Amino acid sequence: MDIRLENLTKIFSEKDSEVRAVDNLDITIPSGKLVGLLGPSGCGKSTTLYMIAGLLNPTSGKIHFGDQDVTELAPEKRGIGLVFQNYALYPHLTVRQNILFPLQNMKVPKAEALERAQKVADLVDIGNLMNRKPKQLSGGQQQRVAIARALVKSPDVLLLDEPLSNLDARLRLQTREEIKRIQRETGITTVFVTHDQEEAMSISDEIVVMKFGVEQQKGAPQEVYNNPVNKFVAKFLGTPPINFFNGEVKNGGLYIGEERILDSKLPNQEVCVGIRPEGFEVAENGSLTVKVEQIEYIGRDKSIVATNPNSENPTFRFIIDADIKGVEVGKYLKGNIKPNKCFAFDKTTESRLQ
Amino acid sequence: METKKNQWIGWVYLAPAIILMLVFMAFPLIITTIVAFRNDYRIGFGLLQLVYPADGFDGIQSYFAGLNYGFGAFRTVFKNEYFWSYYMVNTLIIVFVSVPLTITLSLLIAVALNSIKKLQKFFQTIFFMPYVTNSIALGMVFAVMFGSNPNGLINSLLISMGNNAIDWLGAATDGNSSALMIRFTGMAVLIIYIVWQALPFKILILLSGLQGIDKQYYQAAQIDGTSKFRTLMRITVPLLSPQIIYLMITSFIGSFKEYNSVVALFNKDGYPVTGANIPYFGTIVLYIYNNVVMMPHVASAAALILFVIILLFTGLNSWISNKFVHY
Repeated sequence: MDIRLENLTKIFSEKDSEVRAVDNLDITIPSGKLVGLLGPSGCGKSTTLYMIAGLLNPTSGKIHFGDQDVTELAPEKRGIGLVFQNYALYPHLTVRQNILFPLQNMKVPKAEALERAQKVADLVDIGNLMNRKPKQLSGGQQQRVAIARALVKSPDVLLLDEPLSNLDARLRLQTREEIKRIQRETGITTVFVTHDQEEAMSISDEIVVMKFGVEQQKGAPQEVYNNPVNKFVAKFLGTPPINFFNGEVKNGGLYIGEERILDSKLPNQEVCVGIRPEGFEVAENGSLTVKVEQIEYIGRDKSIVATNPNSENPTFRFIIDADIKGVEVGKYLKGNIKPNKCFAFDKTTESRLQ
Repeated sequence: METKKNQWIGWVYLAPAIILMLVFMAFPLIITTIVAFRNDYRIGFGLLQLVYPADGFDGIQSYFAGLNYGFGAFRTVFKNEYFWSYYMVNTLIIVFVSVPLTITLSLLIAVALNSIKKLQKFFQTIFFMPYVTNSIALGMVFAVMFGSNPNGLINSLLISMGNNAIDWLGAATDGNSSALMIRFTGMAVLIIYIVWQALPFKILILLSGLQGIDKQYYQAAQIDGTSKFRTLMRITVPLLSPQIIYLMITSFIGSFKEYNSVVALFNKDGYPVTGANIPYFGTIVLYIYNNVVMMPHVASAAALILFVIILLFTGLNSWISNKFVHY
């Protein structure tokens, strides 16, 4: 079942001010896909999720589940499962009782309920922990119980609010694969919210990047990464982050300082040039000169921290092959820029030009 | 070295509290226990008579004879014709009716208060008023409200609806009401008064407990379509169980010691009217208090009995509650 948000807006009004948490959001979440709502904190992604869940009422706009308009529908009638950021497992109930809880509300016969609970617990791999209390579980196990509790009533939509934020780094990696597996096995339309771009990119079928309640870009993660529509999206996706330079378009070329790095068909103007860390190819007569300040070896790659008078930040980072010789701290390094890793943005509107 | 020094400082800090405790708690407790086992004791005897015979020390034989220790005081308590049928029964009724009633009501009011947004502070204040009002004054207000004559507030309401006036507190002199009726209505009013007076503190405790519960539990319950009643019973009550248990234990103890309310509503003998001779509304503490002057050893024995009852009951209470507080 697909989810369609039409001009969804949420305004939180205080006495003398109002905050547009979500502004005219217009997206379709395709059936059976895993979609990540991505953005920095305060961008309205959780608000959007809570509106889909029905815990918050939109100020205006519509929410459709398939053909049904659920905007006015109470949360319990929407057929959703929601996994909270802190899991919200009932501390006084065992894992089994926690998972059974939604089924008991639906008056499912006891034998059937137990069977369903066991099945979903096995799916998320906690079938042997059924008699424990949440306190006796690790963060990752609690997370799985929360997912099991959300899935046990066979919802049409699964919503996850920052599902990995409470886990340590190793568990996070493991759990995100787990979420992907569970989603694939159940084929349930899943929306999850995160501020971690790596997390979103690694498991989502599609991501929606948001900023101040406004959708910036939506698409397959790699597509969004390769073709950001504006400076914000380019900056938000990717680790290490993209590097920005003050550039200029003149004589049919893109310039950083007096160095012509690429051709350009744009009219002459000042632009902001963004170069992905992996977009720099060391070459003796390369088009861009940088001064190496620091070298870090990260396995098969070498990460160099460099300076250039036109960089927006004091330093920036390029990732180059570890085998390349002649890279030394304090020396100048020349390299060519890969055209598909280099973007030009408007100085004022920040939208993508090239 | 250092730990020793720190310990010394610790004792110094504790000293004021410990000294006060010894003087005002431990010492009276010990004296009361000793006095309770005297067969006879008068206020004027003084402390020395606890270890010396009343008529001075003359030979070991008469020393033990003159000490006069035994279970006489306890016998006096148990043989009192009203001790079981009035003082004890009334106390137990107050304990087992008022405590569950108060906790249930305060829980419902706290949940209701917590769920409203507008006027929450206003109602909180209203419900807290009895707590800061003098209980004797409140008792007088109740006495007027439940006054026996047709002008009493409740009676005039009853009359305006076409009913007869009721002698709520048994204070009417016409003697038309039966003893059983007087006892029933009087206890009912007494319990209403006790409950009403006990609500504010419990509401306060439960409300602060409620505000400490993560809202996400309720959102999770809402999404799972949990009914209001089930949410209350399966989520709110278990999550509030530490506060509820605390209130149970303290208010059970408090109710065993109920005294103020009887004096406020009736009079210091627990009689409906001064001069009557059956302590219709007497409680154990009332019995203790009424005997303190004339028969201190009997009062002490009764106090000891009450102490043992409370001790056993509180032990039972915390043993049971350990099974219910799960986290």
